Amino acid sequence: MRNLLIFISKYNAFFLFVIFEIISLVIMVNYNSFQKATYIESSNEITGAAYDKVGQVRGYLSLGTVNDSLARENARLRNLLKSSFYLDTLQKKNIVDSIYKQQYSYIVAKVINNSVNHRNNYITINRGSKDGIAKDMGVICGSGVVGIVVNTTDHLANIRSVLHKDTRISAMLADTKDIGNFLWSDNLDPHSGLLVDVANNVKPRMGEWVVTSNLSSLYPAGIPIGRVSSLQSKEGGIFLNMDIKMAVDYSKLEYVYVINNRMALEQTQVETGRKKDD
Amino acid sequence: MIRILLINLLRFIALVFLQVFLLKNLSLYDLSTPYPYILFILLLPFQTPNIILFILAFGLGITIDAFYDTPGLHAASCVLLAFVRIFFISITVQKDGFDNEPDPTLGAMGFRWFFMYVLILTLIHHFFLFNLEVFRLSEIQYTLLRFVLSSAFTVFLMLISGLLFFRRKER
Repeated sequence: MRNLLIFISKYNAFFLFVIFEIISLVIMVNYNSFQKATYIESSNEITGAAYDKVGQVRGYLSLGTVNDSLARENARLRNLLKSSFYLDTLQKKNIVDSIYKQQYSYIVAKVINNSVNHRNNYITINRGSKDGIAKDMGVICGSGVVGIVVNTTDHLANIRSVLHKDTRISAMLADTKDIGNFLWSDNLDPHSGLLVDVANNVKPRMGEWVVTSNLSSLYPAGIPIGRVSSLQSKEGGIFLNMDIKMAVDYSKLEYVYVINNRMALEQTQVETGRKKDD
Repeated sequence: MIRILLINLLRFIALVFLQVFLLKNLSLYDLSTPYPYILFILLLPFQTPNIILFILAFGLGITIDAFYDTPGLHAASCVLLAFVRIFFISITVQKDGFDNEPDPTLGAMGFRWFFMYVLILTLIHHFFLFNLEVFRLSEIQYTLLRFVLSSAFTVFLMLISGLLFFRRKER
């Protein structure tokens, strides 16, 4: 027993190393595999508050570009208004339209923390579960797809950015409606991604828009992701892969919209029910 | 004693602040991201007990993790760094020869020793960090490229800070 104690105290550095290394790795594996709520992340009270303060200062520096993008989006939305169309019949009738039922609603939020230069990037926004944000909601901005909510606290939420190694978004070519999967490329370029698993007979056009498909429960169909920038032809492959130039400049995100899909729960329920039957 | 505590506390806060609010947003050609916050562990005094060293390394790593949203990643790398530091110091420094124990700084230990110290420890820390972060063998060429370029950037920043706070001490 005494010898054991002497042995341990002589090589105490090694034993301490093993203990602390195991603690760190357990924390890491737990967080990665189950997406559990831990306190070690940027939406907890201390780090969240710090990022919020710095974000307020930084917000002033980019007011110009934000104003521009908001004005552009306003103009686009104004174009969709009924009042901006010229009515060419004289007959008018008011119809209570009961065909439509709202499926998607949007919550606007401000980005207070963001990164683009890691393999796995996360975004923190200043809206949380009190504002109606929940886990697994999709996030977009004015010009395209941003990510998915992974964690919320009362007033903050944490978003897994599209710039993440586990990103896999169901996407389609806008013109031909051919389905594929969108990934972030492994060279860590925040301006380019990959569209993979497209059927081999498809003939994509250079510069064609790639948008979200109608298969996903996260995003409405047709949210832009990027444009086809080059085709990678692997010899004899079953599937076609292509490079995408991203539509969103992720380093300049200021305001994002969190999508609340009111039928997401139904969709997942019906899909898991089908898997049970198989 | 109080002075050492105060200096290290200030260094901790300053390095975390620098890392999280400035260097987090910085990357050269999407490949080189510096992590000079490990300077805090490198500059702890020689006589720091092992247990304190490991607790501080773990605490520093978890603090950085909290801001980077990567729980455990930097903590694991920092704990490895602390272990390598103990090993490196035990083979290169004779502790008995000093009148007053110096710190492992550029001024006290000389450029050659300090450069090797920073270089080797940074390489090990960054190699572990980048491979643990990606954890995929299929992307190994990009990971290694980022590891080399980021290490160069980090060592460069740490040598600059060493020269900036240069104070010659007699051994």
